[in-house]
Formats: sequence, C-alpha cells, structure tokens
Amino acid sequence: MDVIFIQLLNGLDKGAAYALIALGLTLAFGTLGIVNFAHGVLFMLGAFCTVSVYKVLTISEKVLDESITFFKAYKEIPYLETWWGETGTMIIDYAVPISIIFAIPIMILVGIIMERGLIRHFYKRDHADQILVTFGLAIVIQEIVKHFYGANPIPIGAPEIVSGSAAIGVFLGLGENLVYPWWRMIYFVFSVVVIGGVFSFLKYTTYGMVVRAGMWDREMVGMLGIDIQRRFTVVFALAAVVAGLAGVMYTPIVAPDYHMGMNFLVLSFVVVVVGGMGSLPGAVVAGFMLGILESFSSMNEVKQILPGIDQIIIYLVAVAILLLRPRGLMGRKGVMED
Amino acid sequence: MNSQSKNKDIRLMAIFSVIVLTAPIWLEPLGASYPALLQKFAIFGIFAIGFNILFGLTGYLSFGHATFLGVGSYTAVWSFKLLSMNVIPGVIFGTILAGMLAVLIGYVSLRRSGIYFSILTLAFAQMSYNLAYSVLTPITNGETSLQLALDDPRIFDAARTASQGLPSTELFGLKMSGYPGFYFCAVVLIIAFYISMRIFRSPFGLKLRAIKSNQTRMKYIGFNTRPYLLWAFVISGMYAGLAGSLMAVTDPLAGAERMQWTASGEVVLMTILGGLGTLIGPIIGAGVIKYFENIFSAFNENVLHNIFSFLPDGLENVVVQVAGLFVGSGWHLTLGLLFMIVVIFLPGGIVEGIEKIRARFRRTSPASSSEKSE
Repeated sequence: MDVIFIQLLNGLDKGAAYALIALGLTLAFGTLGIVNFAHGVLFMLGAFCTVSVYKVLTISEKVLDESITFFKAYKEIPYLETWWGETGTMIIDYAVPISIIFAIPIMILVGIIMERGLIRHFYKRDHADQILVTFGLAIVIQEIVKHFYGANPIPIGAPEIVSGSAAIGVFLGLGENLVYPWWRMIYFVFSVVVIGGVFSFLKYTTYGMVVRAGMWDREMVGMLGIDIQRRFTVVFALAAVVAGLAGVMYTPIVAPDYHMGMNFLVLSFVVVVVGGMGSLPGAVVAGFMLGILESFSSMNEVKQILPGIDQIIIYLVAVAILLLRPRGLMGRKGVMED
Repeated sequence: MNSQSKNKDIRLMAIFSVIVLTAPIWLEPLGASYPALLQKFAIFGIFAIGFNILFGLTGYLSFGHATFLGVGSYTAVWSFKLLSMNVIPGVIFGTILAGMLAVLIGYVSLRRSGIYFSILTLAFAQMSYNLAYSVLTPITNGETSLQLALDDPRIFDAARTASQGLPSTELFGLKMSGYPGFYFCAVVLIIAFYISMRIFRSPFGLKLRAIKSNQTRMKYIGFNTRPYLLWAFVISGMYAGLAGSLMAVTDPLAGAERMQWTASGEVVLMTILGGLGTLIGPIIGAGVIKYFENIFSAFNENVLHNIFSFLPDGLENVVVQVAGLFVGSGWHLTLGLLFMIVVIFLPGGIVEGIEKIRARFRRTSPASSSEKSE
C-alpha cells in the first residue's frame, strides 16, 4: 500500500509538469491552430529566468577571508549579504519564488514577440511547415541560451525551509518511512493553482468566454465585430506564461540546462495527443495520468515482469490511443480525426 | 517525347555520376576534399534521398527516420562481428533489417496522417532510442556503443584476420578506409540516386504525388492508398538503413545517439534546405549542411581574427564577438537560422532558389534579344 501510494505521489509532480506544458501547447493549437515545436523552449526559458534572477542576486565581491591566516585567501560574498546581512541571505534563499514575479512579464513579452513576429505568418501554411519553422526557432533559442549560460546544468536549490522531506506517512497514519519532498508537493499544489487559474479565466471571465467562442467558430466571432486575433495573441502569451512558470518552479527538481525543453516537448506532445488536440481538460488529465503511469511502471516489481517498460510506457499508450481513438481521450468530435 | 525524356535522364545520370566520382578533385579548392567528409556527403546524401521519397513525394513528415539509420548501423556492426569483415553482407543485412522494421512501424503509423503520423513516428523513434539505451544493452552495448572486439567469432574470416589485431572493414581485400571507402559510398550513392530517379518517373511515383496533392480524391475514385504509402515508407526506411550501414562500413562503431530524434530532425532539414520533392535537392541539402558543419565548427576566435584583420581594431573585436556566436560550437545556431529562413522565404529550398534565378534570366534574355532584333 505504501509503495503504491509513494509511486502515486512521485507521478504527481512529473505529471504536473507535463500537464502545465501540454496545457499551453493545446491552448495554442485550439486557438491559433498552431503546432508549436518551440513550446518546450518556453519551459526552458522559464527555468533560465530563475537562473538569471539567481545570478543577479548573487553578484559578489571578493573579500579577504580572515579565517585562513597563513596565506591571503579570498572568498566571494554576495553584495546583498554585505548590504543587508541576514535579510540579504534570505532573499537569495528565496530566489525561486522571487523569479516568478520576473518570469511573468518576461514570458508574456516572449510569447507576444514569438506570435506576432513569426507564428502569425504561419496560420495558413500546413502543419508540417509550422512544425519545421518552430523546430528551427527552438534550435536558435537553445543555442543562444547555451552561448550565454554554457552547456552544463546549473543547480539551484529550493528555499531552505522547504528543502527537506515531509513525513506524510506519519501524517496519514501509513508508517514512518513514507516521506515526500516538500518542494514536489509545492510544485503539485502550484500547478493545480495555475491550471485552476487558466480554467477559471477561460470559464468565468467575459474575455475567456469570447476566446472559447472563437475556438468553436472563429469566423462567426469575427463577424460579430470582435478582434479575435488580438485575443488569441493574448492567449498565446498566456500559454507561454504557463510553460514559463512550470519551468521556474521545476528548477529545484531538475537542474536546468539548455536542452531540457526538448526532452519535455516530445513528452508533452504525446500528452496533448493522448488528451485530444485542442482539448484543455484532456491535456491536464492525460498529463497527470501519464506521469503516474510512468512512475508506476518504474517500480521494480513491474520492471521484473516487463523489463524496460518504464522507458516506453508513455509512447505505447500514445500509439494505442492514436490507433483506437484518434481524437484523444477528450478531443472534440470531428477535430483532427484523420 | 518519351525517348527524349529518356535521353535526358541518361544525360542526368551521366552528369551526376561524373560529378560524384570526381568530387575529390573539384572539392579540393573548397577545402572539403578529405575522405572522412566525402564519405559523410555520400552517406547523408543517401539518407536524404530516401527521406525525400517519403516526405517529398507523399507529404508524410516522419520524425523517426533516425531509428532506421541506427538499426542499419547496429546490424552492419553485428555482421562484421559475427560473419565477416566484408562489407557486402553488412550493407545487405543492414538495409533489409531496417526495411523489416519499417514495415512494422509503417503499418501502424500510416493509419494516421498529418501531424498524428509525425507524432506516431516520433513515439516509435523515442521508444527504440530509450530501449537501445536501457533494456537492449546486450545488443546495442548501451552508452559505450557497439564496437568490434578481438574475440569476435567472425565465422567466415576469423582465421585470416585473427593475427593482426582489430581488423578493418574490407571489400574482398580492399580496405574500406580513406578514398576506397568514399568510392564505395559514392557508387552506392549513384545506384541509390538511379533507383530514386526511376521511382520519380514511374507510375508508382506519380501515385505517391497524387496522394500528396489530394488523398481524399484518390480514395473517392476507389483507390486504396495505404499499400503505396507503406511501400514508400519501407523504401525510405531501407535507404536510411543503407546509409546507417555505410556509416558502420566507414567507421565500425554504432551508438544509440544516432537514433535520437534530433538526428531525424537533421535529415528533415537537409531535405527542406535542398528542395523538397526534387530529385537532386536532398543531396545538395545534405552536402551543404555537412560542409558547413565541418567548416563552421572548426572556426575559433583566432581564425575569425585572421579573417577580419582588415577591419580597425575596435570594430574587429565587435565583429569577431558577433560572428563567434555563429561558428564553432555555436554552429547549430547558424543551422537553425538558415533553416527558419528557408522555411519562411523559400519553401522549395535551394533548388527552387536556383530555378527562380534561372527563370528571371530566361525571362529577361529573350526580351532583350527581341528588342535587339527590332
């Protein structure tokens, strides 16, 4: 029971990342009809927002280290610490949450530039062209990031207070050795909040209602005198923000490097297809489902029966879904069924 | 008319063969005339020709062709390990096994079209890649990649090669390293090009093109498109397997990174850059990409300083800084940009570009001559 429960939890945080990225991907497809291979890059850019904020916060000066007496040793002390002492240390410790504030405007900007600058010209071209050009864009952005930050992963820790593990086993009465990292729990809660935010934005605001109407019948909404294009651009920016935030919060879990986006992109595409192209709830459900499935299949008991299953389970599910139910779990009837 | 076009084809073949076989000579001034790079040109040319048969003719964008490349490589190396160092069985087995895998993957993937087809092939490619790294390690040797070893059985010529350390690949005694290796690849390339030309000109090729332009209509007139698509997929998979086994011929080593999906992306790039759906385009694309990869990634700051030394000092440093972004390890940036530019402005690739320029000259020259005659 414990084992199953812990695998369920392990699947949740990965599933949360899949769901967040797939949500943006499917949002872009549902509104603009764009297959965006550069979406994984947005995730990566979010993670590198954190890296940048961390780097800015820890700009250091060289100070003579007085604890070493027999030669002149220097140590680096961030300016924040010399200026504000304890407060400064705390600010650096909270680099990840702080980056959220910076990541939102940056990602909005990136999203709008990307949509207005490039993707707008590809509405009328076929999906193959869209895939190709965004694939090229992804390479370009990755290489630029690599040029400035290097090719190695840059680890950044979560705030001290939540860097340990929570003894949820004791809390739930399931035994002492059932522990779960705090940060992963936070990641899960955070993703639920973001997903809830996006859904309520689309569901309960007039703006969101118009967007949904545009997804159903773009021409009709246009005839009613609404500039649906502008709203779709905003939605694309929103998708970029969601992917970016997913990246920001993911940095303490996996140290970001320049091609982390590509790894997630392939998986989130599979997630989108399983959930149904253009279906928002589909993307979320499929994201969590595949995350949990992956985590269950990496259990030793399962691997003994089917070796290597943990490596391919997601793709197997995708193949099965595409063949048996091409519109995906929750896809709309008649959308992209062939 | 028919015999005329046949003559044209013969001429094309002759010109192509001469160009390929004399490549070491005319590539000399470009600094690309050394065997390792020439072999790459030929191998990736074959890979791109094959990919073009699928993507160029039918419009089905596969993102998993690197799988067949990898399978071809692995099979060829295994053939070297188990049977003989002769390259012929290696190449044949590599091609056939890749073709068999293509039947399997194609049969499933071709049930869907458009983006779903791309995702399906991508899914299969990722599966094979992940498996090659994990469970299939006994076959693929995982991260250390599959290599020849001294104690390989090598049934047919163990006696001959046992005494001399690690043997090298050979064609009936002719060692397949350096220029002989290139000429072997070149001959295979010419044969591959000929087959691809025949496919382009055949009724089969015409049907594939019809599928690309309007598959629904084809189905409405009572035409079952699936077997033709499957054939195209298998043929292009076999081309990829052939290219993979040639890689193993020139360097008997096979690693799983050849199967990564970015490798599949590379062949898409080559085909698009050269000219999708044209005969010669993919080879040009493969050549251009491999050439610039080699040249650009060899550049470093010193070389750049030499090139821009004619500029004033301050300006020189700025230019070198900016240019440094695009060369050396940043070569992929150039590739990505080039790719975007081609997709945005020149969807027909280099071949279309040349054609456009030609058409412009043709349009102006008769006009000017008629003016003269008046």
